[in-house]
Amino acid sequence: MPWAAALIASKETSIPSAEEGRILSYVEALNEALALALEIDPHVLVLGQGVNDPKGMFGVTTGLSAKYGNARVFDTPLSEEGMMGISTGAAMNGLRPVYLHNRPDFLLLAFNQLVTHASKIHFMDNGKTKVPMVVWSAIGRGWGSGAQHSQAIQGLLLGVPGLKIVMPSTPYDAKGLMLSAIADNNPVVIFDHRWCMRQNGVVPEGMYQVPLGRGVYRRNGRDLTLVGTSHTLEMAINAVDSLEGEGITADVIDLRTIKPLDGEIIIESLKRTGKILVVDTGWEMGGVCAEIGCLVAEKAFYDLKAPIKRIGLPDVPSPAGFTLEQFYYPNPEKIANVIREMVCKQ
Amino acid sequence: MKLIKYKYSGKGFAPYLSGLKSNSYEKEFLIRFYRDMLRIRLIEEEIERRYHEDEMKSPIHLVIGQEASSVGSCGALRPEDQVYCGHRTHGIYLAKGGNLKAMMSELYCRTTGCAGSRGGSMHLFDKSVGMAGSSAIVAGAIPIATGAALKAQLTGESWIVAAFLGDAAVEEGAFWEAVNFAVLKRLPILYFCENNFFSVCSPIEVRQPENAEIYKKAESFGLKSVKVDGTNVLEVYEASRNMVEYARSGKGPAFIESVAYRWRGHGGAGDDSHTGYRDPAEVEHWQQFDPVKSYYDFLEQKNLLDGETRLAISKEIEAEVQEAFDFAINSPNPIEDDLYTHVYSD
Repeated sequence: MPWAAALIASKETSIPSAEEGRILSYVEALNEALALALEIDPHVLVLGQGVNDPKGMFGVTTGLSAKYGNARVFDTPLSEEGMMGISTGAAMNGLRPVYLHNRPDFLLLAFNQLVTHASKIHFMDNGKTKVPMVVWSAIGRGWGSGAQHSQAIQGLLLGVPGLKIVMPSTPYDAKGLMLSAIADNNPVVIFDHRWCMRQNGVVPEGMYQVPLGRGVYRRNGRDLTLVGTSHTLEMAINAVDSLEGEGITADVIDLRTIKPLDGEIIIESLKRTGKILVVDTGWEMGGVCAEIGCLVAEKAFYDLKAPIKRIGLPDVPSPAGFTLEQFYYPNPEKIANVIREMVCKQ
Repeated sequence: MKLIKYKYSGKGFAPYLSGLKSNSYEKEFLIRFYRDMLRIRLIEEEIERRYHEDEMKSPIHLVIGQEASSVGSCGALRPEDQVYCGHRTHGIYLAKGGNLKAMMSELYCRTTGCAGSRGGSMHLFDKSVGMAGSSAIVAGAIPIATGAALKAQLTGESWIVAAFLGDAAVEEGAFWEAVNFAVLKRLPILYFCENNFFSVCSPIEVRQPENAEIYKKAESFGLKSVKVDGTNVLEVYEASRNMVEYARSGKGPAFIESVAYRWRGHGGAGDDSHTGYRDPAEVEHWQQFDPVKSYYDFLEQKNLLDGETRLAISKEIEAEVQEAFDFAINSPNPIEDDLYTHVYSD
């Protein structure tokens, strides 16, 4: 049995300790996950524009085609919709394609296949066909990326039934979530973040999976619940740590996946702290912040001691220039200021 | 003044009558094509007759007038070969060996439907006969079919893929993205274009440049390409057999443009030419080249079929149709819990 099928059958989700061990960069962790998947399961494909060029998708795919061959690791035509459909058809017939894009902006060209086909086929044919595919892209930020190279579009996909959406924040999770996504029998979209790729961290060798749909506490505190994913975690943790001297502590929850959304961990924490701040890399309106805000209002309104707050992007396209970017994006200082305000206004 | 914009340009069965072309076929083989076309015609007419009862709550797209395209093409495929198509599914589903009871149940929205009432008329699935998928988005299934062909090539399957499309699908970028990839990788796939001159009510003259023939456009992309009389089941079959052989032998993808006329409106029951987008005279013109009747006339002239046998075949089909409708109508409706199954695969 291929490893993916075996893992699904066993429901195994072992999580080795992340405290100490071998240090890898975020990109090396992703590369190792892809190499492992290719090694163990001949049905895994890695494709995308540039996956075997010298830059290797920021290094994520470096060396893979040399080792596993151009039939399974291949550069593609610039045909986002076509290739998304081709990946879908391949997945429907038992392959496990991992289709990479260097920016989420390019996924918008493929929404017809992703939203209207890949995510609905299992439902439409009454459960007979599975679509085990992974769609990966890296959110850009800064350095002039601008309105068309730095969009964080997870909010647009959040309401699509049949999809799963993964947003890792650490090298450990980047590998473990990638392996879970490849082993999953549904279309899974992974949004990594270019700024997460600056990190190094503990990454165990070999196979392990981080389960989809389960959040994790990155800090424990009493005054507030701070929820985020991906690059926002680094900012959130820096903000919370900077307030320690002022006697402010907070729960920091890393959701790891936004679909399925771990509502339980959010409500559990909120019931203790009574206050919640949601931080996202995407737009505030109609996105992850909005959804979690609504979830809390529905399920835990009477536990709230202060209005729900969110920090995402304003209802404005990403600017390209450096100065405008500083006004546009969240940063630890902005987050710390909001926390201070929320905690001190008793 | 009567206006016939799109005229029949085929040669009819004359080449088969004068020469020895049809002598190489067994009698049973030739009669089976007649039976298969008549079956589709009678089923479509019964659907049409009962559509006003409003019990088949599903948008239908009748294939009357185009039966030879469905039967001739699928006649050249093996049971294990896969077919993908657009919204006009009935002819292809039946010609590929689909289960009539399951099809009618799907139209009547019952649990016994071939997609458990998740698909409806536009989405008939039956993996056991190779009916692998259909899309209600024009050209939507074409990249998916191409992905299936990629899988067939990578793992050395004996089956190939046929992707059915209409004339408007070649106006979609996804079609060209998919065929570009198919030629690039020499995938084992036949693209079968049913040119019936209309997309809903828009005639081809307002959608595509004059004299730019579809099969030639495909040829320019590197597909082995041919145009056939889509009302002549033997001509469609022979072209399909050649193209399927070509694709199966690993030489690359092929394309057939099969020209036939849509007797009915785009969707629903009845001819809609009174609404003014085409002249009723044009429909009448094409009805002189009825694929079912012209083939019967041919068989009769060759002394292969007579009125008595025709009546017997017809009675047999009518009984089957009656049984299938009764089965559908007496099948259970889904319950609320059914709605929530198969959104995600295990």
